[in-house]
Amino acid sequence: MPENNHAHIRTEPALGLFFWLIGFVLLILMPLLNVLPAEDSWLHLSDFSLNRFGKFLAFAILALGLDLIWGYTGVLSLGQGVFFGLGAYCMGMHLMLTIGKESVYGSDLPDFMVWNQVKALPLFWKPFYSFPVAILGAILVPTAFALVFGFLAFRSRIKGVYFAIITQALALVAWLVFNRNETNLGGTNGLTDFKQVLGFRLAEPGTQRALYVLTVLCLGCAYLLCQWITNSRAGRVLIAVRDSEQRVVFSGYTPANYKLFVFVVAAALAGLAGMLYVPQVGIITPAQIGVLPSLEMVIWVAVGGRGTLAGAVLGAVSVNWARSVLTNYFPELWPFILGGLFVVVVLLFPDGLIGMMRKAKEQIRLVKATRVSQAELLR
Amino acid sequence: MKPSPLCILVLGGFLFLLSIQAQAADSKPPSALSPVEQALTHITSEDEAVRDAALRTITEQGDSSLIPRLEEIRANVDRSIRQAIKPVMDLLKNRAKLESSEADARRSAATDLGTSGKAVAIPWLDQAAAKEPNKWVRYTMEESAALLKLAGDDQVARLGAIEKLGGLASQNAVPALQEFVTVGTAAEATEAQQSLAKSAKASIERIETWAAWSNAIETMFRGISLSSILLIMSVGLAIIFGLMGVINMAHGELMMVGAYATFITQELFRAFVSPAFFDYYFAVAMPMAFLVAAGCGLVLEATVIRFLYGRPLETMLATWGISLVLMQAARVYFGDLTAVAAPAWLSGGVQVMVGVYLPNNRLFIIALSVVCVLAIYAILFRSTIGLRVRAVMQNRNMSACLGIPTRKVDAYTFAFGSGLAGIAGWALTLIGNVDPGLGQNYIVDSFMVVVTGGVGKLAGTIVASLGIGGLNKLLEPSMGAVYGKVCILVLVILFLQWRPSGLFAIKGRQADT
Repeated sequence: MPENNHAHIRTEPALGLFFWLIGFVLLILMPLLNVLPAEDSWLHLSDFSLNRFGKFLAFAILALGLDLIWGYTGVLSLGQGVFFGLGAYCMGMHLMLTIGKESVYGSDLPDFMVWNQVKALPLFWKPFYSFPVAILGAILVPTAFALVFGFLAFRSRIKGVYFAIITQALALVAWLVFNRNETNLGGTNGLTDFKQVLGFRLAEPGTQRALYVLTVLCLGCAYLLCQWITNSRAGRVLIAVRDSEQRVVFSGYTPANYKLFVFVVAAALAGLAGMLYVPQVGIITPAQIGVLPSLEMVIWVAVGGRGTLAGAVLGAVSVNWARSVLTNYFPELWPFILGGLFVVVVLLFPDGLIGMMRKAKEQIRLVKATRVSQAELLR
Repeated sequence: MKPSPLCILVLGGFLFLLSIQAQAADSKPPSALSPVEQALTHITSEDEAVRDAALRTITEQGDSSLIPRLEEIRANVDRSIRQAIKPVMDLLKNRAKLESSEADARRSAATDLGTSGKAVAIPWLDQAAAKEPNKWVRYTMEESAALLKLAGDDQVARLGAIEKLGGLASQNAVPALQEFVTVGTAAEATEAQQSLAKSAKASIERIETWAAWSNAIETMFRGISLSSILLIMSVGLAIIFGLMGVINMAHGELMMVGAYATFITQELFRAFVSPAFFDYYFAVAMPMAFLVAAGCGLVLEATVIRFLYGRPLETMLATWGISLVLMQAARVYFGDLTAVAAPAWLSGGVQVMVGVYLPNNRLFIIALSVVCVLAIYAILFRSTIGLRVRAVMQNRNMSACLGIPTRKVDAYTFAFGSGLAGIAGWALTLIGNVDPGLGQNYIVDSFMVVVTGGVGKLAGTIVASLGIGGLNKLLEPSMGAVYGKVCILVLVILFLQWRPSGLFAIKGRQADT
């Protein structure tokens, strides 16, 4: 069996000028462009665009986690949408409860419960009145779930295709369960119609701007966390697991523990992403956590370039941007493009956009070098 | 104001005249008409008693040739009379249908008579049952007759009917029997009622025991049916997985291709072949589905899979991309829903015992899965190409050294597996619509089957599909379909704790394959 073509190890570059530049643009410039220029100025960034971009950046957080588990460790999880959904539903439940009597039926209960003739708030909803519980839950519920699932899976050395299929089945089952009405999670329609978070109206552009800034900050922290992990000794072991698990075992490590760790981190990041996604988009339904969305998340990382953190972010933003533009103009075409993207990226550009950039840079350096040497020869 | 005496007198005289007239109409002297003819004229009478007597006469006569005449009368009378005539006509019609040459018509007539509650029908049903050749129609006739006898007054007949219904294991009789039990166990029950209750109780018990058995058998059948669907879907997948370590995520869409090939064959037959031969399209469609899907597989292998050997995860992603494209292409080209009409010989079903009815299409799929497995065994173990496939499965490098063209074997195996997907799609047209999402319905289940079954041995796939399909149907009644699935996922994960690479993993020294 041919070895993985990622055999050579790359270390992430230290936090360069680039990181701070992108950070400046995302964190300061974009909100400023939203606030300062007049509405009709070409510099103006509309509320809608900023909000949409915030959504992409939330996805980027998830992509970072997926890159850790797939790009670095070589474990393909097709159930990342489940962890995203758990985080999103935790936050959604809190937002649902803060609607209070503003709801259509004017009841303290969420509308769908009135609709389903549920008389009292189910017990597991009650803690979500509290904002801190919702925040913690959005991270800890996916984490705990990943811990149990990952422990069982990695302990028995389920790997490769087997792991991918099992996680896909998990996504299918989660989708089925969230779709049921009797689980009291809103059924097919999911949770929506949120009004406020911590007393701030969600419809206000200011609230959305603050959420955007928060998302950028979270993304920055997630990036730093991932970089710290991948540059640590443990990060080296992860890459080693990807390239030859057997040798790692023979060297005295326990790959299962490393995999479990990184799987849990990825789940926590997915939960965080879900938590940030819900107030910005205003709805979470089972359709966003099933088999297909979970697979789409993988393509974000693949397009950006797996095994590089910048690639994950770049991929999540670019694929989602392309999606929102193309589904607007050519809704019939998008599945073709998405499917084609899978095939083309896997076949022709296994290192994604980042890989292409690196190659281009290499090419330019090569051209320059030949020119210099030619010039020297001529001299 | 007081009414004047004159007024009262005039009114009284008027009423008197009216009553005389009415009497005159009623007391028309009996003519030479036959009782039936007379009844036919009396039907339209205003007087309910006369009308009922007429209807009773017609009912007892039971002559279905009267139906057109009744129809005629109905057309010209008001609503209340129409409503009164209707049940009589239904009775007559059903009686006529008891003599029909079609078993289904006889059976439905017997069922209708049984629920009509008209004791008149008992002798009809008894007569019909005596000369009925079809066992299940006779069963329904006897059941209906017994049900009607239950409603009668005759203690002995009732006891006999209760006994009979218990013997017939008639599920339809349970509510009526339950009624007897509640009446008979009440404090003020007479002795006769008590004895009826006792007998009814015994009969209910017999019926319920039988129902438990027939339920168990039906559940088992449903389990086997689902298992065979999973098996047909999974064998192709499993062969490819065994040989190349690749899960073909486009397998579901190759099934869809097979289903559409069937649909197109049907449309071609409809357009160019005489209707007499229409049913043969289904047989023609099978090789079509196989070849078209196998062709797709060949193209897929040559353009995509070939470049991804040794990278199973990447292959999964690429094949999933292809599945998206195929699905959307079908959606754009064929639209959302098209149906294939199952040939006549596959509609309907077989009744094997009381309460157990097996649809033909399901039986066909079970048989097909058996045939498929046998054919695959024959190919793998009795042919040269099978020998090569097995050699490559066991040790790719060694086989290559011995001169087996492994890449060619891969290509043919992939095409063969895809062709099997096509056959699965062909079979699935029998139990559902042909739509672009066809492949998605069971595909995750069949992935699970392959993973649970393990690599390299077909027996694993067979056992796993029986296990997963059977469990699915076993858990469904008590937990519901969704929680049954949850339960199965948990069980599969727990199972993989015990056997990490499936049921029948190839034993060897390779720690990392």
